[in-house]
Amino acid sequence: MTEFLQHLVNGLSVGTIYALVALGYTMVYGVLKLINFAHGDVYMVGAFAGYYLSDLVGVRPPWADPPPGAGETFVKATIVTMGSMIICGLLGYLIERFAYRPLRHQARLTALITAIGVSFLLEFGFQLSPLVRSPIEFPPGPSPRVFPALLARDGYEVLGVNLSNYDIIGLLVALGLMLGLQWIVYRTRFGTAMRAVSFDSQVAGLMGIPVNRIISWTFVLGSALAAAAGIINAVSRPRIEPLFGLMAGLKAFVAAVLGGIGSVPGAMVGGLVLGLAEEYVAGYTDSSYRDAIAFTVLILVLLVRPAGLFGRLTVEKV
Amino acid sequence: MSGNILEVSDLRVDYGGIQALRGVSLAVPEGQVVALIGANGAGKTTTLRALSKMLRPTTGTVRFLGEDVTRLQSHQLVARGMAHAPEGRGIFLNLTVRENLELGAYLRRDRAGIAADADKNYALFPILAERRDQVSGTLSGGEQQMLAVARALMSRPKLLLLDEPSLGLAPQVVQRIFQVLREVSESGVSLLLVEQNAHKALQLAHRAYVLETGNIFMTGTGQELLASPEVRKAYLGE
Ligand SMILES: Nc1ncnc2c1ncn2[C@@H]1O[C@H](COP(=O)(O)OP(=O)(O)OP(=O)(O)O)[C@@H](O)[C@H]1O
Ligand SMILES: [Mg+2]
Repeated sequence: MTEFLQHLVNGLSVGTIYALVALGYTMVYGVLKLINFAHGDVYMVGAFAGYYLSDLVGVRPPWADPPPGAGETFVKATIVTMGSMIICGLLGYLIERFAYRPLRHQARLTALITAIGVSFLLEFGFQLSPLVRSPIEFPPGPSPRVFPALLARDGYEVLGVNLSNYDIIGLLVALGLMLGLQWIVYRTRFGTAMRAVSFDSQVAGLMGIPVNRIISWTFVLGSALAAAAGIINAVSRPRIEPLFGLMAGLKAFVAAVLGGIGSVPGAMVGGLVLGLAEEYVAGYTDSSYRDAIAFTVLILVLLVRPAGLFGRLTVEKV
Repeated sequence: MSGNILEVSDLRVDYGGIQALRGVSLAVPEGQVVALIGANGAGKTTTLRALSKMLRPTTGTVRFLGEDVTRLQSHQLVARGMAHAPEGRGIFLNLTVRENLELGAYLRRDRAGIAADADKNYALFPILAERRDQVSGTLSGGEQQMLAVARALMSRPKLLLLDEPSLGLAPQVVQRIFQVLREVSESGVSLLLVEQNAHKALQLAHRAYVLETGNIFMTGTGQELLASPEVRKAYLGE
C-alpha cells in the first residue's frame, strides 16, 4: 500500500509536467493542425531561462549565510517562474511569426519539417560554447548545469510515503495553471475565438476574429505553460542540459495523442495517465522499462482508439 | 461615394491554374438587394469568397463604402460592416448555438444590444431558442442554415453576403427566410444574394447578375431578368 501511494505521488508529479507540456502541443495542433516539434525545446528553454533569471535576481541557496527568508524566497521564485514564462511566451510568438506563418499556405509537410528545424536550432544552438559571457554565459554549451534551489526542500513522511514541499507546490501550481487555462478556453471571449479558429479558421475570420492574433496568443500561452513545466521539473530534478527537452517533449506529445490531440481536457488527463502509467510499470516491474511505456501507449492508442480518450466525436452534418 | 456600397471591378480568381473568375465586375447599390444567379460551378461562391477574403483574388479591385478594401483581411472587412454567411453554412459544430450567435457579434462591445439582437433572432427562429445550449453539431441541416443566417445578422452588417441561404430548407422555412431577408433589406441593409432558387431571388432583388463560367453574362433589374426568355429557360426551368 505504501509503495502504491509512493508511486501515486511520483506519478502525479511527473504527470503534471507532461500535462502542462501536452497542452501546448494540443492547443497549437487545434489552431494550426501542426505538430509543433519544437515545443519540447521550448520547455528546455524555460528551464534555462529560469536558470539565468535566478542568477540575475541573485537567488541565494537555502544554505547561504544568512539563509533567505520566506518573503525573499517567494518573491524571487515568483519572478523566476513568471519571467521564464514571459521569455518562453515571447519565444513561442517568434517561432510562429517567423518560422511557421510564412509557410501557412504551403503543404502541411513543409511546416512539419520546419518545426523539426526549429527544434534542432534550439537544441544545437544551446549547445554552442558561450558567445556572451556577461551578465550570463550564453549559449550554455553541452555540459549539464545544476538548476539553483529556488526554495528550501522540506521532506515529510505521511503514511510511510515520502513527500516534499516541491511535490506539493509543483502540483498546486500546475493544477492552478491548468484550471486557469480551462477557464480561458471555455469561459472567455478569447477562448471561444480559439475554439472557433480550431474548428474552421476561415469562417472564424468571417466572424471578425483576427485569426493571426489568436494563433499568436495560442503559441504564447502554450509556450508559457511549457516554461512553467520546465521550472517545476527543474526544481525537483535540477540537472538541465540542452537536449533534455527532447524526451520530455516526445512523451508530452504521446500524452496529447492519448488524450485526443486538439482536446484541452484530453491533454491534462493524458499527461496524468501517462505519468502514472510510467511510474507504476517502472515501479512494479523494471525501471528500465520507463521510457518504453510512452511509446507502448502511443502504439496502443493508435491501434485501439486513434482519436484518443477525448477525441472529438464526429457529428458533422453535410 | 457613388451610391454603391460595393463596387467590384475585374475580379479574377485562379484555383491553381483553373480560372474560376475571369474578370467579374458588379456593384451593389446602397440599401438594395442584388442577386447573383448562375449554374453549378459558374463561380458564385468563388465571387463571395473573394469579396470576404476567404480566398485571395489574383487581380481586381473591391471598393466597400468608398474605400479600397482589396488588400484587407476578412476580420477587417467585418469591422467595416460586411458579413458573409458562407456556402456550407460554416457553423462551428463544436460550439453551442448561443456561442455561435455570440461569435457573430465578436467585434461588438454593446452587451445589451447583442443580447437584444440574439433575442430578436430567437424570435425569428424559435427552434434556435429551444436549442440554444445545445452543441450545434446536433442541429439538423435546416436548423444549421437558420443559425447561419441568424449569426450573420449578429454583426449588424451594412452589407450581407448570402450563399444559398434557403438550401435544404422546407418550403415554409424558405418562405420565412425570404421574409426575414426582406425585412433585413427594408431596415437598410444591402444584400448580395446567391441563390439556386432563382425565382424567389429575382423577385426579391432590385438588380441581378447572371454568372456563367466565371463571366458576368447578363445583368438587369430583377423584373427584367424574370421576364427574359434566356433566364426563364436556363434558370427558371421553363
Ligand atoms: N478549392 C477549389 N479548388 C479548385 N477548383 C475549385 C475550388 N473551388 C471551386 N473550384 C472550381 O471553381 C469553379 C467555380 O466554383 P464555385 O464554387 O464558385 O461555383 P458556384 O457557382 O458556387 O456553384 P454551385 O452552384 O454548385 O455552388 C468550379 O468549376 C469549381 O469546380
Ligand atoms: Mg456555390
